[in-house]
Amino acid sequence: MSAKDVILDVKNLTIDIPVSAGMLHPVRGTSFNVSRGETLCIVGESGCGKSLTSLGLMGLLPNTAQCNAERMDFLGQDIRDYNERQMSELRGGSMSMIFQEPMTSLNPSYTLGDQLTEVYRRHVNRNRATARDRAVFLLEKVGISAAASRLKQYPHQLSGGLRQRVMIAMALMCGPDLIIADEPTTALDVTIQAQILHLLSDLQREFHMGMILITHDLGIVARVADKVQVMYAGKVVEEGPCAAVFNNPMHPYTQGLLRCIPVPGKTKRGERLGSVPGIVPNLIGDLEGCMFRNRCPLASEACARMPDTPTELPDGHCFTCLQDKSALEQQAVFLEEV
Amino acid sequence: MNHPQTSPEAPQTTPALETDRVNCTFYVRQGMLRGSKPLIAVDDVSLKIPKGQVVGLVGESGCGKSTLANILLGLQGTTAGEVRYDGISANKFSRKEIAQRIQPIFQDPYSSLNPTKTIHSIISLPLRIHRIGNSAEWDRKVRDMLDLVGLPARVAGSYPSQLSGGQRQRVAIARALIMRPEVVICDEPTSALDVSVQSQILNLLQDLKDELGLTYVLISHNLAVVEHMADRVAVMYLGRIVEEADAETLFANPRHPYTKALLESVLTPDPSMGVPDTHLGTVFPNPIDPPSGCHFHPRCAQCVEKCKLVAPEPVRDGANFVECHLY
Repeated sequence: MSAKDVILDVKNLTIDIPVSAGMLHPVRGTSFNVSRGETLCIVGESGCGKSLTSLGLMGLLPNTAQCNAERMDFLGQDIRDYNERQMSELRGGSMSMIFQEPMTSLNPSYTLGDQLTEVYRRHVNRNRATARDRAVFLLEKVGISAAASRLKQYPHQLSGGLRQRVMIAMALMCGPDLIIADEPTTALDVTIQAQILHLLSDLQREFHMGMILITHDLGIVARVADKVQVMYAGKVVEEGPCAAVFNNPMHPYTQGLLRCIPVPGKTKRGERLGSVPGIVPNLIGDLEGCMFRNRCPLASEACARMPDTPTELPDGHCFTCLQDKSALEQQAVFLEEV
Repeated sequence: MNHPQTSPEAPQTTPALETDRVNCTFYVRQGMLRGSKPLIAVDDVSLKIPKGQVVGLVGESGCGKSTLANILLGLQGTTAGEVRYDGISANKFSRKEIAQRIQPIFQDPYSSLNPTKTIHSIISLPLRIHRIGNSAEWDRKVRDMLDLVGLPARVAGSYPSQLSGGQRQRVAIARALIMRPEVVICDEPTSALDVSVQSQILNLLQDLKDELGLTYVLISHNLAVVEHMADRVAVMYLGRIVEEADAETLFANPRHPYTKALLESVLTPDPSMGVPDTHLGTVFPNPIDPPSGCHFHPRCAQCVEKCKLVAPEPVRDGANFVECHLY
């Protein structure tokens, strides 16, 4: 993919939030870029900073939070110093977001038609009829039957799956270049989840958008991602092309996560699942070294002051861990012997 | 996978829990001047839960699996049919007696624990309600339970807000087990939790089952979890069990088109496979006005004319059955 296809380029994004106990560092220097037609998945457990990263991109962080980056280019424009008005031009226009809970992110007191057309009339065309046509077109696109009559309905009249489809249609109203989907299917049934993911990747191909998909479900990541970033405690610990990360996970955290999920046909029934013992570290104050070290089976003294330089493999697969592959294997053999 | 309780030489033992053609109908008001319409939430369900086994109950939201769970817990009456505990009709038991035999673990540990009570008081509540023992005994039992579910004794004085999601779910498990019930109904026990915590809780449930000889009813829409834990699986659609089989058969050879679609929807972390296309259509039918014939026919890819007219009878194969005209 050529360089001009890159729509979002972020380097060293940090988010700091002052709290009563000191300074909280939920995001500590993440870098990524997204090209047209590409899906970047950010995966991690709750509290790893993945949702805050997306809010930081959209400029939706609370005022007390400080969001800094070395570079934050969207469509070739530096958006770091955009003021509130400029950001609101972007939001919903060329950059839009699908939130996790379709129940709470739709306004219960407005009809779907009002909510769908509002964003289009705000950004593109004030004409009511054009906006309405666009809404009907997109509702049909996301697989909602009798779209015209749905515009008069209220969110409570729809099921969870349909509401999420409406959210997707709303995100697409202005033909965005980038879609940020924050856990778009977490609240839905498995069957609906598969349909929504299918729909998202179809639409992404059709409208040639970039997509950042934030999720904690490794199954979703493996199926839809082009690139994967595994986040832990505010940092990307492993990233690379989807197949490379899943077929050859290098970071002990990624390996641990993959061992945690039962896979029909692979894990034996009733067998104990792997687990990542311990809890997520506190991110307040000065932080140094690998934050995973107190949960890591391979941690050594050196991990407490390790540098942040990732090890890069030839296929673009990077991981931030002192252990390289051979050392990991030796260690594993050693652990088994002990 | 050798479950001594499920060995073939003892198939005739009384199931710990059993529903016999249970039906549960709600009446939904249609408006001020219109009459109410029946909503059949659970339709003619006969389910046996053998001692020491894990029975998985799967289906989409709105298929009646939680209503069935409430019926099993004695929290919801039935319109027809009978629930039996150890072969004895549920009518013979009082509410408290049922609670001693069967306990729930709910989905969301954030809302199922009272935020104003300490962990000690949450876990010991069943003992206090049933007036078992005195306060010294409660302390001892709470400590034992905390130890059993892998929590340090010091959390007894904490409040739920001071614990993480996984710890809270452990508290919920401790509360369910303090009465030493025979059966535990786990309603989506891990879906609100992170992956690494999910595996810890599943391991804990496995261990407790072996240690205390528990029987589980595992309700989940995550089929990977069900396949990992369950001995038998029942698939529900619009209040009916459309397929029931032992887990091995069901996952190796799903027969009902709906079971197949559910299995296809499981997203395993396999980057070589894309997102499955289940061809299920978008519309979950209105349960007040269910489709004629086989309830699944509007969403079924293999639907034939007969499916629209005649409701299928269960096709039995030993203890397993499927309700579909294809067989």
